[in-house]
This record gives sequence, structure tokens and C-alpha cells, in this order.
Amino acid sequence: EWSPNEKVALEVTLGASIAGARALCSMKHVGLNVAADPLFTAAYTGVNGGLVLAVADDPGMHSSQNEQDSRYYALAAKVPMLEPADSQECLDYVKQAYGISERFDCPVIVRLTTRVAHSQSIVQTGEKADYQLKNYLKDLTKYVMLPANARGRHLAVEKRMAALKEYSETVNLNSIEWGSKKIGVITSGIAYQYAKEALGGVSFLKIGMVHPLPENLIASFASEVETLYVIEELEPFLENQIKKNGIKVLGKELLPVTGELSAQLIKEKILGVKAEDRETLAVNIPVRPPVMCPGCPHRGLFYVLGKLQLNVSGDIGCYTLGALPPNEAMDSCICMGASIGMAHGMAKARGEQFGQKTVAVLGDSTFIHSGITGLIDVVYNKGTTTVIILDNSTTGMTGHQHNPATGYTIKGEVTKQVDLVKLAEAVGVERVSIADPFDIAELEKIVKEETAAAEPSVIISQSPCALLKDVKPGKALKINPEKCKKCRRCLAIGCPAIVDQGDFMEVNEAMCAGCGLCTKVCNFKALETAAGEKAGDING
Amino acid sequence: MDNFSTMIVGVGGQGTLLASRIIGTAALKKNFDVKVSEVHGMSQRGGSVTTYIKYGRMIHSPLVEKGEADIILAFEKLEALRWTDYLKDDGMLVINDQEINPMPVITGKAKYPLNIVENVSRKYKNIIVLDAMSIAKECGNIKAVNSVLLGVMAAKTAIEKQIWDEAISEIVPGKLLKVNVASFEAGYNAF
Repeated sequence: EWSPNEKVALEVTLGASIAGARALCSMKHVGLNVAADPLFTAAYTGVNGGLVLAVADDPGMHSSQNEQDSRYYALAAKVPMLEPADSQECLDYVKQAYGISERFDCPVIVRLTTRVAHSQSIVQTGEKADYQLKNYLKDLTKYVMLPANARGRHLAVEKRMAALKEYSETVNLNSIEWGSKKIGVITSGIAYQYAKEALGGVSFLKIGMVHPLPENLIASFASEVETLYVIEELEPFLENQIKKNGIKVLGKELLPVTGELSAQLIKEKILGVKAEDRETLAVNIPVRPPVMCPGCPHRGLFYVLGKLQLNVSGDIGCYTLGALPPNEAMDSCICMGASIGMAHGMAKARGEQFGQKTVAVLGDSTFIHSGITGLIDVVYNKGTTTVIILDNSTTGMTGHQHNPATGYTIKGEVTKQVDLVKLAEAVGVERVSIADPFDIAELEKIVKEETAAAEPSVIISQSPCALLKDVKPGKALKINPEKCKKCRRCLAIGCPAIVDQGDFMEVNEAMCAGCGLCTKVCNFKALETAAGEKAGDING
Repeated sequence: MDNFSTMIVGVGGQGTLLASRIIGTAALKKNFDVKVSEVHGMSQRGGSVTTYIKYGRMIHSPLVEKGEADIILAFEKLEALRWTDYLKDDGMLVINDQEINPMPVITGKAKYPLNIVENVSRKYKNIIVLDAMSIAKECGNIKAVNSVLLGVMAAKTAIEKQIWDEAISEIVPGKLLKVNVASFEAGYNAF
């Protein structure tokens, strides 16, 4: 099932485990920050049915706000962590993780990175094994983490880590591939694949269990090779632990702690073989940044926010693109749900006048994830922040997942839908309005009124994502060259379907979703439907 | 055979995923080791997108790096130019003769590069340019551009036609199969 956030997801998983089932939850690196609270104490309680937490890091930040290294969570929370290097290992390691979880009575983290999570390679599947639900046993000393019990459990954690350390020395997850002993490489995950491609016939110690590390195995491998390298993406996680034991090894002296590794980079840094300089043809060519889709309901809102020159505390979603030209109507974006608390803090720091020029903007699923707590904070602490919830009936950026505000489950079954208006009212917001983002005149009026009010307010900007199946595009528009004065005001909405051809303006008809937003900003009624009719009222 | 590296480049929303799955399936049928890799996310929203497909005896890195691609299948002309450096000197570049303006061009802040094909032809000799959209339209569905381009590419690989046919019928959903097969055939026989 979809959980509203990662903390809840891990708590559901832990509950299922204690109740006797095998359970798994998955999240990305920044989600693990949210789930860190239950994680650290789940390490104390241990499990009943096996518990696996899959977490994917994003070196290079293909679609993330930071590139933290989640391996440190295993170290800090004192739980074992496995790291697969391809699709087959993903399957094999998860199976093995359940064995480890139940044998050592602890949660197990399986860590992925983007290039493992987003790639497909050949998998030999096995037979589905029957799993009997384990008995549910009330065990207060194990599961009720009162200080007195927790002290006992911490001792159990330390004992368990010692046992896991011994286990890691011989487990098949860590393996040596002998080649030339001039160079030895200790590596794991996707970095193993890059290193293997770059260095081929050298000796490898491939670490599949990245925490706790097999110190004796590492020492014996190190003693047999001439020069030892650690090849890992992001932080010197393996390297520092190996160095701590007095083993001489090269790592981050050569390889970057930022971004992704690659076979060519490893060849260059380890072997000194630089890829030949190639004449590049791609000089001075326009970038192609992502852009809000034609027909996107967020476009109208950011046009208004830009026009009113407000301070906009932003959040995580497609709408973060509101920070890009032409509107540049977002001042900050940190993590899911942060927009509201930050807008409140900005107003507290700079006073009433500033507060009345400041809004928080976030999507419906982000609001459910962790925006609601920020809103409660605003009300409780007598703030006056205006919160704009972009309710597009889905979770757009990640690929249209349902969430508690859509009224459907992960399986598409109908369920109770969170009523955002009632929810806002229930926490004490007395000014709640619903606005149509395609009616920008009305939207502007509402935003002005609500930001001016000396109390908290919520504006729900409501219109479904243009990419949803049941949202049918309208007729494509055309620019009537006789009416168009080439003032380029239509470009202010930043629609990719409106093209500046230099001598004239043009609508890309194949792309136009017919939303009619452009007709609301054109002073000369130059945008018409293909049939020549006036197109000002397409969306009401 | 040496490992064979393909890149599909285009603009978010052009449907490159289906083509990459078909290539992956065809390579599987030949008992090759295969890795298909692509990154979604921000890039999905009209941004530049790339997919890597590598197959051969044993594939380690899922990435295709500069100067390594045997074939680049460019769904859009500017993207062909952007990723040309990834092509081997004797690699093949298949370019769909379509221009999709990126935001800086739309807003007049940058110009869409002129003479892209002439430009890349100075360095690479193995280039096919085609209007895949028109061919797909003739075959019955403008959206089958990917099958046309896939057909052009398939004809240049060591994988037999019959294997490609099987892969397509396995991957393409029933009601779209006919038009995609027709589009694939048109691309396969075009050059």
C-alpha cells in the first residue's frame, strides 16, 4: 500500500513484522531521513517476521535535492546493510536479507543506487516459497521501549552486531575474484560494475554486505595485493573503516565524493588512462530543461505569484519548476513539506509586512506527506501564513501514484478521500478557499485577499494534472496574425506550445492542450481555436 | 561478438521506453547478457532523455559513455547533436528529422541550431536521416515513430529479423501491434 510518508511506511512494516509476517517497505535516501525515527528504535526491538527496508540513493542527483550516502544510516542505527549490483542480486539479496533479519532478529536495509534501481538486467526467478505467519507473542521487554527495557535491548544490539560481524567474514555476499595481484580493488554495488569494466583482470573483493564489514577478510585480501584501492560512489564509507584498521588503501584521494563514477573515470584516475580528447560537436547548443506540460494547472498559479512578486516558499514536486524562467516564482525548496514551516519562519523573522507578501506552495500529496504538521504549527503559533495547496488529483512528478487525497488505493480501489477543506478547518484555519488556476483574474484576487488577511489561510488551487487519462485536451489554439501585435505577453506563462519565431508568434498545434490559459493573458484576443471561434472561456 | 551499445535519445514523452524494451527482449532471445538503463524523474517533463541498451557476452556497466555507442537512435534532431559525442567514430547515427523546440528557443533566448545534419556529417559518415513521423502516419498512427526508428536500427544489427518480430509481438500491446509491425517493417526496409 501507499503510505502518506516514509515514517508511517516503516511503522506499518514494523507492525506487520512484530505481528509475525515478513514485510518490506521502500523509499529513497531522503525518505529514510523521515523514517529514521522508527528505524533507530526498530534496531533495538528487533523483529518477529523478517523486516527489509529497501532504500535507493541518487548519486548525481538525477531527481533529488541532495546526494546523501545512506550507508551511514546502517552504521548509525546499527543494522546490517546489503548492497546489490544488478537486478539478479536485487532478488537474491532481498531473499537473503529475510534470512538475516530472522536469524539475527533485526531490520535489514538493502541499499540501491539510481543505476541499479533504474536499470534492468537478466533475472533467474525461483519458486515462490510458502511462509507461515509466525505467532504473535506479547513481549514487553522486547517491544516496549521504556528506558529500562531499552537499556537491555541496547546490550542485545551490541551483541547482535558482534555476531553479524563474524557472520560477514564468511557470508557468500562478500567474495574475492582473484586476478592480477598488482592491483586489488575493494568495491560494492554499481561501483563494482564500473570497476570491473574499467580494470578487468585485477583482483576484486566485492562487498555485498556493506555493514558490518568483514575486517579479517579485508585484511587478508589487502595483504595479498600490491596496491589496494577502494572504489565507491559518494562518501569514503568503506575506505574510512578500512583505514581505521591500519590498512593502506587509496580511495578518495583519487575519486570524487560528488556525483557518479563511471568506467572511464575509474580508468583515468586509477590507471592514468585518459579517454582520448574528442572533438565535440555539441558546443553552445540550447539546454533542454524540464518544463511544465502544456495544459498544466500549475502554470496559471505561478504566473500569478510571479506577477504579484510574492516571496514563495516552495516544495518538492513538478511545481518546483515554477522556480525556472519565465516566472521564477519560487524562492526556496528544501524537502517534502518544508514550505509551510519555512514560510512561517520567514514571517516570524521579518515581521508582518513581509509575512503578507509570503506564501507557501506545495502539492496535495506533499501536503499529506508532511505539510499538515507545518500548517498546525502556523495555526498554533499564531502565524498568518497563506498556504497554497496545488490539488491536481494525483502525485504528478513520480508518475501518477494515488495518495490519500485522491480517493483511490495503490490497487485503484475506491477508498475514503481526505477532504482538504475540512482538514484545514479542523486544525483551526478559518479562511479556506478553492480556486481554479485557469481563472487567473479570480485567482489573483483570492491570493491578494488571503495574503493580506491577518490570520492563517489556505487556498486550494484545484484542477487535475493534464496528463491524467481522463483529462481530455481541448481544441488546439492558433494565433491570428492579424490580431497579434507581437507584444509577446503570452510568453509570460512559459507554455512550451507557444513559439517565438522572431517575425511572428506561433502555437505548436501538436503540443497545445487547448487549456486556453494563454487567452487570459493576451490583450488582443489573438489566440483562437482552429475553427476561428473566440477561445477565452475554454476552462470556464 | 563484442558488446553492442545502443543509445536512444529524445525528449520526455516521446515514448523511447517501448523501443528500449523491444531491443532488450530481442537481445535476450539471442541469449546475450543485457542491461537496459534509463533515468526518469525531472527529465520526464519535456526534458532531454536518454536510454542505454547494452548487450553481449557479459555486460558490467549499464552506462554508455563518450565514444562508445555503436548506434544512437535520435528521436529529435537537437538531441542527436547533443549526444553525438557518445558515438563511436564508425558508429551509426539514426536521426528522426523532427524539431522540438526547447524552452530557451521557445522564449527567444536561444536559437535552434541550423544545419545539424551537415554539422554531424563532417565527423561521422554513417548517418541516416528520415522523417519517421510521416512514415508512421502512412502506416496508420503518428505515434508509431518509435517502431519506424527501431526498424531502421534493427536492420543494421546482427540480430535476425525473425527475432525482432517475436520481440515486438511480445512487448507491444495487442491493439497497437498491427500498426507497430507495419511501422517497423517500413523502417526495416527503408535503408
